[in-house]
Amino acid sequence: MSAPVAAPRPVDEKLAREFGLNAEEYGRVLAIMGRTPSLTELGIFSVMWSEHCSYKSSRVWLKELPTKADWVVHGPGENAGVVDIGDGLTAIFKMESHNHPSFIEPYQGAATGVGGILRDVFTMGARPIANLNALRFGRPENPRTKRVVDGVVRGIGGYGNCVGVPTVGGEVNFHAAYDGNPLVNAMTVGIAPRDRIFLSAAAGIGNPVVYVGSKTGRDGIHGATMASAEFDANSEEKRPTVQVGDPFTEKLLIEACLELMATDAIVAIQDMGAAGLTSSSVEMAGKGGVGIVLDLDAVPQRETAMTAYEMMLSESQERMLIVLRPGAEDLSRAIFDKWDLDFAVIGHITDTGRIVVRHKGVLEADIPLQPLSDEAPLYRRPIEWPTPPAPLDDAAITSDVPVEQALLRLIASPDLCSRAWIWNQYDAAVGGQTVKRPGAADAAIVKIDGSRRALALTTDCTPRYCQADPRMGGMQAVAEAWRNITATGARPLAITDNMNFGNPEKPEIMGQFAAAIQGMAAACNALDFPVVSGNVSLYNETEGRGILPTPAIGGLGVIEEASQARGIAIAPHLDLVLIGATEGWLGQSLWLREIAGREQGAPPPVNLVAERRHGDFVRHQIAAGGVHACHDVSDGGLLVALAEMALAGNTGFALNDAPDGVSDIGFWFGEDQARYVLAAADATDLLAAARRAGVAARLLGRTGGNELTWAGGVSISLKELREAHERFFAAWMS
Amino acid sequence: MSLRAGIVIFPGTNRERDMAIALARVTGGRSPAMIWHKDTDLPPLDLVVLPGGFSHGDYLRCGAMAAQSPIMRAVRDFAASGGYVLGVCNGFQILAEAGMLPGALLRNAGLRFLAQDHHLRVERTDTVFTRGYAEGEVLRVVLAHGDGNYFADEATLDRLEGEGRVAFRYCGPDGAVTPEANPNGSARSIAGVTSANRRVLGLMPHPEDYVDPLMGGEDGLPMFEGLVGALAA
Amino acid sequence: MKAIVTVMLKPGVLDPQGRAIGHALETLGFEGVGEVRAGKIIELELAETDTARARAAAEAMAAKLLANTVIESYRVEVV
Repeated sequence: MSAPVAAPRPVDEKLAREFGLNAEEYGRVLAIMGRTPSLTELGIFSVMWSEHCSYKSSRVWLKELPTKADWVVHGPGENAGVVDIGDGLTAIFKMESHNHPSFIEPYQGAATGVGGILRDVFTMGARPIANLNALRFGRPENPRTKRVVDGVVRGIGGYGNCVGVPTVGGEVNFHAAYDGNPLVNAMTVGIAPRDRIFLSAAAGIGNPVVYVGSKTGRDGIHGATMASAEFDANSEEKRPTVQVGDPFTEKLLIEACLELMATDAIVAIQDMGAAGLTSSSVEMAGKGGVGIVLDLDAVPQRETAMTAYEMMLSESQERMLIVLRPGAEDLSRAIFDKWDLDFAVIGHITDTGRIVVRHKGVLEADIPLQPLSDEAPLYRRPIEWPTPPAPLDDAAITSDVPVEQALLRLIASPDLCSRAWIWNQYDAAVGGQTVKRPGAADAAIVKIDGSRRALALTTDCTPRYCQADPRMGGMQAVAEAWRNITATGARPLAITDNMNFGNPEKPEIMGQFAAAIQGMAAACNALDFPVVSGNVSLYNETEGRGILPTPAIGGLGVIEEASQARGIAIAPHLDLVLIGATEGWLGQSLWLREIAGREQGAPPPVNLVAERRHGDFVRHQIAAGGVHACHDVSDGGLLVALAEMALAGNTGFALNDAPDGVSDIGFWFGEDQARYVLAAADATDLLAAARRAGVAARLLGRTGGNELTWAGGVSISLKELREAHERFFAAWMS
Repeated sequence: MSLRAGIVIFPGTNRERDMAIALARVTGGRSPAMIWHKDTDLPPLDLVVLPGGFSHGDYLRCGAMAAQSPIMRAVRDFAASGGYVLGVCNGFQILAEAGMLPGALLRNAGLRFLAQDHHLRVERTDTVFTRGYAEGEVLRVVLAHGDGNYFADEATLDRLEGEGRVAFRYCGPDGAVTPEANPNGSARSIAGVTSANRRVLGLMPHPEDYVDPLMGGEDGLPMFEGLVGALAA
Repeated sequence: MKAIVTVMLKPGVLDPQGRAIGHALETLGFEGVGEVRAGKIIELELAETDTARARAAAEAMAAKLLANTVIESYRVEVV
């Protein structure tokens, strides 16, 4: 585990370049310092000005996202976003990527991703109540993919199961574009009283700065800069920089921090995430407009002979930095002693506006904080706006694969097959509040202990849409998250976003990024669904090949009465009703890719007015009672949605004829947006209400039996459908 | 109904809330006592529960370090004097490591964490834990463990069977005990065993997670109702 | 002194990890590999300077905590 101690080297432009700072950026460092920086100072600048910490390529565009609403308590800028959910409570949530570490060491990369995002949430005073994860992997045929999937799933389970936070949802896609660069985006949701939220801005001259949690080792040094650089063929040799997670210590840290938070000891608190002690101390002092002095001799150390540089840049996990009220040290120490965690006063707050680091009697760093943040590089990188492809002529698309055979093939494909192999390794029940587990509803439903309310949680993105048309894809990702929450009956409140893109120095990648942001912003505005937290992961390329642009959206909603939340499972003797209009849009559909073998055309257009009208209608119908089950129509189209409802409820159905004016393929497999399937005892009232509301609605058929039957008499059995659905992972992983 | 229940918290315990919810549901909302692993004495109790989780990270062997906790001496004395003890999941592992129940829990035969619903067949109803069920009744419960593969040597297994100490076995939805319905490789599909006096039960699945239809089921409720019926003053 | 405690599953106790490793070696083309057993090694830094007493201490630790003698056997080596 121990890496060689870095030999002292002269600090110059060449070393700065190795640390990821270009000549112009190094010039700024010299101007700010008025002298050649020390090695430790250069390390601090390089991590604070890395893409990962500074958002230097993305900041100008992120500003276009709406971040406010009456229910938003804290938007982007804190460790996580905070929204009011009623009853004097808030939901605190964020999603964050751990893509690069997960490729190098899938188990630890994914595990520490979960650990990091948990800390972002409980550092604000919230008890974590749910984890989700959005995963993208390479082609299953690629031999490396299996190892990555296995390691990532074990890592997420290994960490989440041990800390006792249920993993309740997420999504998985496979595509060749992720062969050399999988995406692991982890989301945590916590609950805190509205008047007990903890922030990171340091205050109080002379207040003690306290280090708690695990000891510091040489883990992950320069992880933040690694997360900002493309992979090359030698990336596997970077293995030693990957951090190792300890979920047991994290669990103790959660309990100890929440116990301390119940007192009035804390002024400010932040987890040590990427760039560990550096980013936490710089950000806390910077936000508070104060200075900070750190004495590294007091830092609990796991290895011997660590240098100041190593301690400031270590990414050892499960550590927090806290500014305490004066005199609160003894009370605080007793709590951390009780939980067998390290506790050390390592510095204090000053009025100098500088970060001063001392180690073994040597002044290792003395940097003015304001220029470190204000003069951080900010790039308006050159942009090549994407040109959306022409729509396909849907009517001209034909196929000799019968509808029922196409369904069996689609439902067996890696992107649509059962994810039970994955879910069955994640403890979704711990905590005793999980109302709808993965696959049971469009969004996971987690009840709030001691309340009748529940949260609805989802992650969504359709990368193939984003690749074809980033603007429409960004809009669709937000709309689908909103729709998935709506389909449970919950009211969508806000999102967290995890922007996964390629190399921003390429104009076409910046174009994808900017266009996706614009699409997202339009959807957020139209749906009153602001962004309250997020993360940007760039340079997701291997040897020059970029991933599909993947703006993963984590959505959160609330439902007043947990027992009213609807799932997708149908029961016998119900009418099936389609809400929303179907033109039969096949461009970029899974049918086109899996059955016709083409990844072509424009993605389905998102009509935000229709999206809102249909969603509000559906939510209202669920609240009024009478809706037994509800499922949105997305990947794979209407027939796949119906098949999923049948599988979830172990109940078949008989379908009416497809309507005139749209091809059979387009009706059953088109991916037109803003659509839902509702199951109700009697469709009459529902159809009448839709007519009054100006919402397109159509009776599709009736549930019952053990078969899926079409109007022409063709049928397949539920058993056959289930075998197809469950085949892929069982065969792949056996 | 006042059942005096205490839940022992080890570092890394994580299902104490689930257990408290289940107990509160059958005791009119009464909160169980939460007992810290460093304590050396138990308050006056009718029932001690060792809940699920990853005590001490389960780093050496599941439950091994917790079994050496100060509180375990008191729990052992409590059981020795006729007290009732329920160990679920990690709690079962701790009871086995402490020698309070026979056998050991090995890695799941499939080497993966199992987090899914499964069925159990009730083998004995003459215990306070199972008196709410009918013999042969099939329950649906939550599994959440990586090390639930019950092992004991053949002589011990024969003795347990002979003494009627197998409380639950894994089975299919129809109650059939088959190799296919054995999720983790447990010897003779054993999911739960009792002490010789039937007052200590250890089982791997989580009855406490199914006490409310809103959360997916209530097949675990009769266990807690039975405990209240038998033990509440 | 240093004591090295090797803990292995007892013969007859199913070792799914060992079996999986054996299977993987076979898949990788290694021939002639018979039964594979997986165990663990625990290294203890001891203040004790007398070999016999160090061994006795390590044996006691192994019996009490490091191994579960229902399923595991152990071997102590002092270096």
